[in-house]
Amino acid sequence: MKPFQIGDWVKVRKSYSPGHIRTPFFVRGKSGVVKSMLGNFQNPEQLAYGRSGLPEKTLYRISFKQDDLWPNYTGSLEDTVIVDIYEHWLEPVEQVRV
Amino acid sequence: MKQKTPAHPAQSDLEDQSFSYHQTLTESVVELLIQKKIIATDELHAQLEKIDSKNPAEGAKLIARAWVDANFNKRLLKNLNLAAGELGIDAGHIPIRAVQNTPTLHNIIVCTLCSCYPRLLIGLPPDWYKSRAYRARAVREPRTVLKEFGTNISTGTRIEVHDSTADLRYIVIPMRPVGSDSLNEEELAKLITRDNMIGMTVVKPLK
Repeated sequence: MKPFQIGDWVKVRKSYSPGHIRTPFFVRGKSGVVKSMLGNFQNPEQLAYGRSGLPEKTLYRISFKQDDLWPNYTGSLEDTVIVDIYEHWLEPVEQVRV
Repeated sequence: MKQKTPAHPAQSDLEDQSFSYHQTLTESVVELLIQKKIIATDELHAQLEKIDSKNPAEGAKLIARAWVDANFNKRLLKNLNLAAGELGIDAGHIPIRAVQNTPTLHNIIVCTLCSCYPRLLIGLPPDWYKSRAYRARAVREPRTVLKEFGTNISTGTRIEVHDSTADLRYIVIPMRPVGSDSLNEEELAKLITRDNMIGMTVVKPLK
């Protein structure tokens, strides 16, 4: 898998798999920017079922503009939400948002 | 003449409430772990006591030190768990990351999925932090929720919400209040509250 770098635009997979999922519903299918990398961790979505969680997954901090997440967001256009998301939930975005 | 004591309304004891499915499951697992000698009763209670001994004063100490020592502030932002050790504070094994408020940035903490919280540093979260209302609204309308806490953040200040969904926990370093120049580190620590560290309030200016 192509590793993501700080500053890359990424899209959260629009997947609705059942079970123990660490990617909140409200960011699925949304695009954001890689703010930082938090290191590698055993995959908690596997650990929850008593599995090894291996291989470890890279955890990223993804910054989303509030205005991209919600219709009629009433705060500042600069407001953001940062969500910690594992690599297997992210896909590259080719086009930079205008 | 002896006065008749009014009847005290009956209050239910813990045992009078029904056991939920998950309470039964938890109790059963604990009993099995003890029977199979995987954990000992005293170890279990020592761990519970350790968690209960954590409180917001531990976080306040770190923040007060960061206010008076810019180098410590840097180390705190780089690795909070390590920096806490310098003050003799055990922040546990889960990485905690500090996010710093500035005149142009206000941070708030939520866990939209459950109730992740830096509990090994500042103790158990308040009930409202775990409520569905807070978890949903903190990301959807943070400025409105802040107002309900009496906190007005001007639109010139960006709001960044940190959703701790995975393996890290977050804590806010609030801004040092106006009028606190003459206070020492210990006095500063007394100004800092739990809700300051969640980002729902700011440290009030001193009169």
